[in-house]
Amino acid sequence: MTASGVSVRFDDVSKAFDDTVVLAGVSLTVEPGEIFALLGPSGSGKTTMLRLLAGFEQLDRGRLLIADEAVEHLPPARRGVGMLFQSYALFPHLSVAENVAFGLKVRSGTQGETEARVAEMLELVRLSGFEQRRIAELSGGQQQRVALARALAPRPRVLLLDEPLSNLDPALREETRADLRRTVKQTGITTVLVTHEQEEAFELGERIGLLNEGGLEQVGGPAELYRDPASRFVATFVGRCSVLAGVVKERHGGDELTVHLASQPEAPPWRCRGSGELAVDDRVDVCVRPEAVRLETGGGPGLPGEIEAERFTGSNSFYTVRLAAGPTVEVAMPGTAAGLSGACVVRQLAGELPSTFAAAAESGP
Amino acid sequence: MSAAGAGRGAPQLRSLMPWLVLAFLVWLVGYPLLVVAAEAFGIGSPGGGGPTTEAFRSFFTRPDEWNAMWRTLWISVLSTLAAAAIGVPLGFLFERNEIPGRRLLGALVALPVALPPLVGVIAFLFLYGESGLAARGLQSLGLDVSWRLTGAWAILLVHAYSMYVYFYLFTRAGLSGQDGAAIEAAQSLGASRSQILFRVTLPRLRPALAGATLLTFMTSLGSFSAPYIFGGGFRVMTTQIVASKLNGELRMAYVETTMLALLAFASLLLLRKIDPGLDLASGARGTPPARRRLHSRGARIGAAAGGWVLAGVLLLPHATLILMSLVPPNTWTVEAFPPVLGLVNYGDLLSSTERLRPALNSIWMAAAATLAAVVVGVMAARLSLRRGGLPGRALEAMMTLPWAIPGTVFALALAAAMSVNAPWVGRFVLVGTLWILPLAYLVRSLPLTGRSIFAGLRQLDPRLEEAAASLGAGSLRTVLQIVLPLLRPAVIAGAGLAFITMLGDFVTSIVLYTYDTRPISIEIQSSLRIQETGIAAAYGVLLMVLSAAAFIAWDDRAGGRL
Repeated sequence: MTASGVSVRFDDVSKAFDDTVVLAGVSLTVEPGEIFALLGPSGSGKTTMLRLLAGFEQLDRGRLLIADEAVEHLPPARRGVGMLFQSYALFPHLSVAENVAFGLKVRSGTQGETEARVAEMLELVRLSGFEQRRIAELSGGQQQRVALARALAPRPRVLLLDEPLSNLDPALREETRADLRRTVKQTGITTVLVTHEQEEAFELGERIGLLNEGGLEQVGGPAELYRDPASRFVATFVGRCSVLAGVVKERHGGDELTVHLASQPEAPPWRCRGSGELAVDDRVDVCVRPEAVRLETGGGPGLPGEIEAERFTGSNSFYTVRLAAGPTVEVAMPGTAAGLSGACVVRQLAGELPSTFAAAAESGP
Repeated sequence: MSAAGAGRGAPQLRSLMPWLVLAFLVWLVGYPLLVVAAEAFGIGSPGGGGPTTEAFRSFFTRPDEWNAMWRTLWISVLSTLAAAAIGVPLGFLFERNEIPGRRLLGALVALPVALPPLVGVIAFLFLYGESGLAARGLQSLGLDVSWRLTGAWAILLVHAYSMYVYFYLFTRAGLSGQDGAAIEAAQSLGASRSQILFRVTLPRLRPALAGATLLTFMTSLGSFSAPYIFGGGFRVMTTQIVASKLNGELRMAYVETTMLALLAFASLLLLRKIDPGLDLASGARGTPPARRRLHSRGARIGAAAGGWVLAGVLLLPHATLILMSLVPPNTWTVEAFPPVLGLVNYGDLLSSTERLRPALNSIWMAAAATLAAVVVGVMAARLSLRRGGLPGRALEAMMTLPWAIPGTVFALALAAAMSVNAPWVGRFVLVGTLWILPLAYLVRSLPLTGRSIFAGLRQLDPRLEEAAASLGAGSLRTVLQIVLPLLRPAVIAGAGLAFITMLGDFVTSIVLYTYDTRPISIEIQSSLRIQETGIAAAYGVLLMVLSAAAFIAWDDRAGGRL
């Protein structure tokens, strides 16, 4: 039942609504059979990319290719694209089976073929026996699965998922996420998914494209985005990080730098990573992940500060430390809550090199 | 699956569709109004002659004309006040109190809304007219009373009686949508009952009351049956227009029509300005406060008795109508109560094809107009909501415009525009043919179907159509299998209302009917004129039954959204 996947290509695609530019020359290739996640804040253009691909919106400039074939002029009905809508958009007046069969009846197949395909799809999403149920009788998770079965039934070449989990209870989300990934992987279909939640993108997407203000900031695997963010935006959007201002002190080989955290030149400098464009004496923003630092209450070398708050999540305790120079930094301490408080120093954990970017025009606290 | 080439359907035609539908609506709705205004100035009239303001000058100088305008205004204001005075307390009574028989009584009280105005008017005539049942009853008791039910007070009485239902229904809808938590919050803050009424309940009822005010005022402005039957020499604009037309003063009729249209427009704008949030929808939902239970047994019995008496009074005219339909011709002379009752009139009505003809006419013309209004409504609503922009707004405006304009105005406008053969300017001779009345009914049905279809379509998730498209369905399949089934309640609600309204139409028909297309209302009027009261009443009952049947079917299908 696996369809051999096809590639999807956005080639310099631009789109504006009235005077608002939503996509500005985006190029992207999704590999055959890949699950690709478009991640970004609301208004970044990710949903527009999906709707352009489905044919619900027309692009202003550029090309869209599915299996190396231009599709931008085809109506939605002829693109061979299946879509799982955020609201599911199930037809409330039709039964579960009729919903799944809708896309099959449009294509002229025999009744027997249609019934067999509906049964196959409902089995895939583990809803066999629900054929005659009304949509309103189903739980949110079941509705989502019917919508998935309906989208997959006509054997589309590409599957689009628009915020597929956002309508579910948080408790149900984690379970459904794994389920969704398993089902989609089983069919082998090329899949493009849109989400604003990093966790969802990381778990579902084999590669991720991070969008910001109509442009792709970075494309890569989850680990790459986390460990090697291409911009300050990527660093702050993916995972938690505190941004500290600094000045480049020294360049080493490769992309390693020594950085003085600006307001505290007397503290030991930090080893960081940054692009080759950064020169000595450049002002930079250092993105510090909570797990890349430790705090010590007993004094010693490091950035002096005061513990402001503690947040215990079970496997870690997160401390918010107000540095003497003003900004705060979040520090993860493994293990059970230590109940630390008062004055402390924050020091860099050996081997963890925070990412560094040229300072933004107005470097905030 | 390798699909190449152009999409389904010519894209040129698709982008032209909104403009084609808009052009049709403008031709049907907007254009006749322009023609009538132009002809009032002597432009484009078949009689020739240059543009002139002569007719307008005489309109402004003749006291008759001025009076009709002024009377229309104050009758409408007073009708609205009277309807509110009856309807609002009734709404509170039935929505906020648990009285025995509340559901049945509550529905009965709303009944007059389902009945054609003309039926209500003649029922009133038979009951409270100078030789009506009430007068005869009192006289037979030896009381020397006599009155003439005529003039302004008669019109006001009939208006108040038939239009309180708007306030009643809107008040109930508004109250049932109010969140009881707000009242509890006010109570916990120490507010007294009257403070809660004036500071919490009434302000939040304001949109509903404003909606009822608008509806009542506009209905009253265009009311024709009551002034026509009871007005006598007391003319309002609608009756003045019809009189001018019958007298052959065509240009004066067009001037009056133009003035009434302007008056209606101005009123609409003014009322909307007073309450910009004006909407006929009843507002946000919440859990309404619990109904007050009457604790003492006496109070319960009293309330129930009061309620039944009230319902009796409100339904008495219709009971009288049924009674009158059972009185054989020439059998009731001086007695207080008809001495003979029988089904002679109904036999008469059903046995002769000529007598049955008006009923069939009304049914087919109302059905055809309703069907057309649904088709145009669905097309216009889809195109309007999808396209948006200028054509989208224009489409919706054209669909709702006839609601704001009195029926008499449209009748005259169509009569003016469609009595000239000039196809190159979109004018055809339709007056005097089979087509003019269904066309006029269509115009008046448009806002009724349009309003609910637009509302229904707005509530429909646009993603549903996208889902159908991405599953490979073309637009025809999407409309037939997805949009229409989901719009069914809205279509049925709008179509039911349009059908009932057109079935009993009098105001448009009296201007445009031909002998072959005469509807029930015209037959009632001519029977009355030749003193065949029994036949007139029987027709009235027929209309009442047809309307009630359509109303019940509609209410049932539309899921009891009264």
